[in-house]
Amino acid sequence: MSKAWRQATLKRSIPIYLMALPGLIYLFINNYMPMPGIILAFKNYKAKFGIYGSPWAGLKNFRYLFSTQDAFIITRNTILYNLVFIIVNLIFAVGVAIILSELTGKMKKGYQSVILLPYLLSAVIVSYLVYAFLSAENGFINNSILKPMGKEAIAWYQEQKYWPFILVFVNLWKGIGYNCIIYLSTIIGFDRSLYEAASIDGATKWQQITKITLPLLRPTIIMLTLMAVGRIFYSDFGLFYQVPQNSGALYPVTNTIDTYVYRGLLQLGDITMSAAAGVYQSLVGFVLVLSANLLVRKLDPESALF
Amino acid sequence: MKSDKHFRIFGHIVMSIITLCAILPLILLLISSFTDNDTLIRNGYSFLPEKWSASAYEYIFTSGNSVVNAYGISVILTIAGTAVGLTITTLLGYALSKTFLPGRGILTFLVFFTMLFNGGLVPTYINYSNVFGIKNTFWALMIPSLLMNAFNVLMVKSYFVSSIPDALLEAAYIDGATEGRAFVQIALPLAKPIVATIGLFIGIGYWNDWMNGYIYLTKRTDLYSIQNLLNRMIQNIQFLMQNSSTVSNANQGLAAIPAVSVRMAMAVVGVLPIVIVYPFIQNNFVKGITLGGVKG
Repeated sequence: MSKAWRQATLKRSIPIYLMALPGLIYLFINNYMPMPGIILAFKNYKAKFGIYGSPWAGLKNFRYLFSTQDAFIITRNTILYNLVFIIVNLIFAVGVAIILSELTGKMKKGYQSVILLPYLLSAVIVSYLVYAFLSAENGFINNSILKPMGKEAIAWYQEQKYWPFILVFVNLWKGIGYNCIIYLSTIIGFDRSLYEAASIDGATKWQQITKITLPLLRPTIIMLTLMAVGRIFYSDFGLFYQVPQNSGALYPVTNTIDTYVYRGLLQLGDITMSAAAGVYQSLVGFVLVLSANLLVRKLDPESALF
Repeated sequence: MKSDKHFRIFGHIVMSIITLCAILPLILLLISSFTDNDTLIRNGYSFLPEKWSASAYEYIFTSGNSVVNAYGISVILTIAGTAVGLTITTLLGYALSKTFLPGRGILTFLVFFTMLFNGGLVPTYINYSNVFGIKNTFWALMIPSLLMNAFNVLMVKSYFVSSIPDALLEAAYIDGATEGRAFVQIALPLAKPIVATIGLFIGIGYWNDWMNGYIYLTKRTDLYSIQNLLNRMIQNIQFLMQNSSTVSNANQGLAAIPAVSVRMAMAVVGVLPIVIVYPFIQNNFVKGITLGGVKG
């Protein structure tokens, strides 16, 4: 490269760097500045000294965190809920995508529009909707279903045993329209002549689905599932915090790493414990995302994130 | 084919059930907000209320200005946040699409790395509260997390790389256009679909956000967005009374507050903008998900 060429490139690059600058500054403030803050988990935090001035505590915070029942409960809840979400969402998303791909016209569009709508609602609104059904005094289920059947009203926000089902259902309800979109667009891209040939050979619809659609969809299913598995250490804070109305009686079945970190920081004022749980999540989460992506890259380099 | 027809009928039945499940909670919300409060307390939320009433809405819009104020905050927040966020996202995405740019690889990695690892809530909170001091200011609603994310930047970048022919921009340079002009007059108009989609993602993110207000607005409840107000409401109906314009108003209100239906009416008001714009944004939204879902 000649000197003149290099100078010309540099001259062209300056306005481009200026364009990049605001975004880079934001990432620096929002993402990079807090990163070294993870050392807080190894410190005995004193507000007046700040993160960096506080005395070191070694692994004391972690030892304390893992000696409590909490560490086990939040890890179990986060992972188990995510696993169930992944399986349930997959089955429904693929099922709905297959059905929608066979339908045509206005009805199809209508179904698709309506089932996507819940995805756009905030967690607060979702908590209102759930409350309308589950409120002990005024709820639809207690008043309009259980009462006419002569059954006792249920204090939903106090009873742990229902919540795994409620949360899985709410998660499915909110995400189904979103989750089926990628599968649907993949199916629509399949070669129609395969189906026509199968149809001429007398294959039933069911056979076409199991013998053509599902095998062709397999790579997409595997990729999306692996990506979701990579994020298994993160939970939807709104779902686990807002929908159960932060009800203390439900903590054993609703507390995840994210809600634990939040409560430690802002409700219990236990900043170091909260930071320790946060680092635990960041590190394990990082390893999982990397591993999932490594697997994806092995199977299909095109779909890998990096 | 007979089997095709059977499958279609089966499909319509299944989809009708799922679609009903999706929409019924919203219908229940809407009906409850128009139900007479005493009826609500006696019979609970119901799809077929004995007595209808619009008093909840009257109450919301006449009882001081907390709802109107929060609504205003949400609108300003969404417009300002989307404008700024979209600008810096598009600019950064465009810059990273320039293959001649020295250091492009490193910059792209720095953007991408934020998707893999983050400091977590606690250091972020301390950073914004202690270093930048935005706690209890409007900035606390707008700046943390929502303004820009790596995923959107990379989506814009790959759109520019794949859909804007280099030759077109080169031609502009030869004609003497500056980088800035080439971006505004050639690249940006061609990138309209992705810009619209990203703007949509950012805008919905702002309208729906309750976490920033919940975390950072500990004292300035007057800065609450509609989501924060709703959140507070479901915890405590008293909140609305405290914010009534006059004391006498609050005292009178004590007996007359249609508490249960008011909550639902506020939720309807909070969800309304989304439902209104939904038909217009739906196509862009679906396209964006397809684009982003396959590859980030």
